Amino acid sequence: MTRSTVSGATAAPRSRRSRAPGRLAFLGPGLAYLIVLLLVPLALLLSYTVFRRGRFGGVVYEVTGENFTRLLDPLYLGVIASSLKLATIATVIALLVGYPTAYLIAQLPRKWKTVALVAIVLPFWTNFLVRIYAWIVLLSGPGLVNSTLEGLGLGPFEFLYNQGTIVTGLVYSYLPLMVLPLYAAIERLDPQLREASANLGARPARTFVSVTLPLTLPGVVTGCLFVFVPSFGNFIIPELLGGGRSIMVGNLVRDQFLKARDWPFGSTLALALLAVLVVLLLLQAWSARRA
Amino acid sequence: MRRSRLLYVPFYATYLFLYAPIAVLVVMSFNSGDSPYSFEGLSLKWYGELAGNAGIRDGLVNTLVVAAGSTVLSTVLGTLLAVGLARHSRSKVLDAIGVLPAVLPDLVLAIGLLVFYASVKMTLGLHSVLLAHTVFGMAFVAAVVRTRLTHCDTSLEEASRDLGANAVTTFFRITLPQLAPGITAGALLAFTLSVDEFVIAFFTAAPTEPTLPIVIYSMVRFGVTPEINALATLLLAVSFTVVIVAQRMTRLTESLS
Repeated sequence: MTRSTVSGATAAPRSRRSRAPGRLAFLGPGLAYLIVLLLVPLALLLSYTVFRRGRFGGVVYEVTGENFTRLLDPLYLGVIASSLKLATIATVIALLVGYPTAYLIAQLPRKWKTVALVAIVLPFWTNFLVRIYAWIVLLSGPGLVNSTLEGLGLGPFEFLYNQGTIVTGLVYSYLPLMVLPLYAAIERLDPQLREASANLGARPARTFVSVTLPLTLPGVVTGCLFVFVPSFGNFIIPELLGGGRSIMVGNLVRDQFLKARDWPFGSTLALALLAVLVVLLLLQAWSARRA
Repeated sequence: MRRSRLLYVPFYATYLFLYAPIAVLVVMSFNSGDSPYSFEGLSLKWYGELAGNAGIRDGLVNTLVVAAGSTVLSTVLGTLLAVGLARHSRSKVLDAIGVLPAVLPDLVLAIGLLVFYASVKMTLGLHSVLLAHTVFGMAFVAAVVRTRLTHCDTSLEEASRDLGANAVTTFFRITLPQLAPGITAGALLAFTLSVDEFVIAFFTAAPTEPTLPIVIYSMVRFGVTPEINALATLLLAVSFTVVIVAQRMTRLTESLS
């Protein structure tokens, strides 16, 4: 018998021969599915960027650069810029709210930690549209916030359908995605480091800036990405809370596909959106490697 | 500790911010009046209206059909993929393809699939949503199962192979039983994500067969109606129960192992 009993170098020739069918059986179905329904669609989108739209929707396979020149139109650049702005503001607010919350959850007794964390995640597991709808009910003209303010002799205000409402909706929707990685980073922190800093005479603020914050920075970066990525490409929140105008790049993409039926330009916009996110992820990977 | 007192303000504010809108929805769902804004008295009338709403009922059925189908498909494909990537491949490119659906913005996947379906001349319907949901469902199942795989003892699989079992027997007799908890968790995740998914369904569903989130979307767009409050409350109750039960179960299995 040539069959070896231990894995490793001696077993390599056998395993290479007998593993090939296993490899195909395991990897084949899933990869085939992802090639057909993920990679081919993405390649189609990419190829559409150089084609022209048909007169009644669809595509004319005639190579053109007009989608890219149109992308540089100040109108569209402006929408991309305002998406960047709104997503950035939402991310910063989520960080400012999320950091102290995550910090305090990490200090709680073990039993309460779980409760507090589940309470952060629970709203995230409820229907996204329902959560947005809740804000419409709260903030609309005759809504609870306005009637409370009127009771205090203030208002009524028009809260809905502006950029502030969009940011509120974004923060509300993605705050749990900020708190969880922050909590994970803060939880891992050795409390002795902070004690050492305090013993060496550092004030709490100094300890935070020089010890806690740098050590939890990976969590901060992850949390910011988790909030920024779904915010930047969002089209539901700007539509329902922003009054239906095309304020963010997601709305533009949606409109090109479902209203203007200009699929080539819609694809170009979508890939521009994707390009921004890829650049951010590469920056994050680069900073993680340096750290 | 003056510092930590001060820190508790944003802490409580966070929970208030997260739960106040939800609480308002729940309270207003029991409103007897027609206004979605002012509470007049207790009643279950909006739940009655909801029960009689055929659009919502059909949407719910469509959603469950899509979620059940895509969960089965995702679980089978995702589990195989996880084992294949962990045990039969060292390729970084294949790893990246496996996680791509989970990190790709939903809008990009949605329009990609719309364009793809159009170019192969496939009519839209529940099947197109089901196939689309399987793309990300599979990725999440694969991710969960792979995490479980890294905790599995490879020497058991090696022993099985050395004793003459082929890859398929080893998979069914050794690997699969060890992976069962991960596969269950992955399937639950795929199901929940599919039930809640809106953007991809919005682009790949036929207008005549909307899923529940699409029905909710058109109701919300049309205007505020107290019926949505009742529906929202029911959905909240279901999600809360599922999350709390899942939490209890994981704690139970943790304490058992």
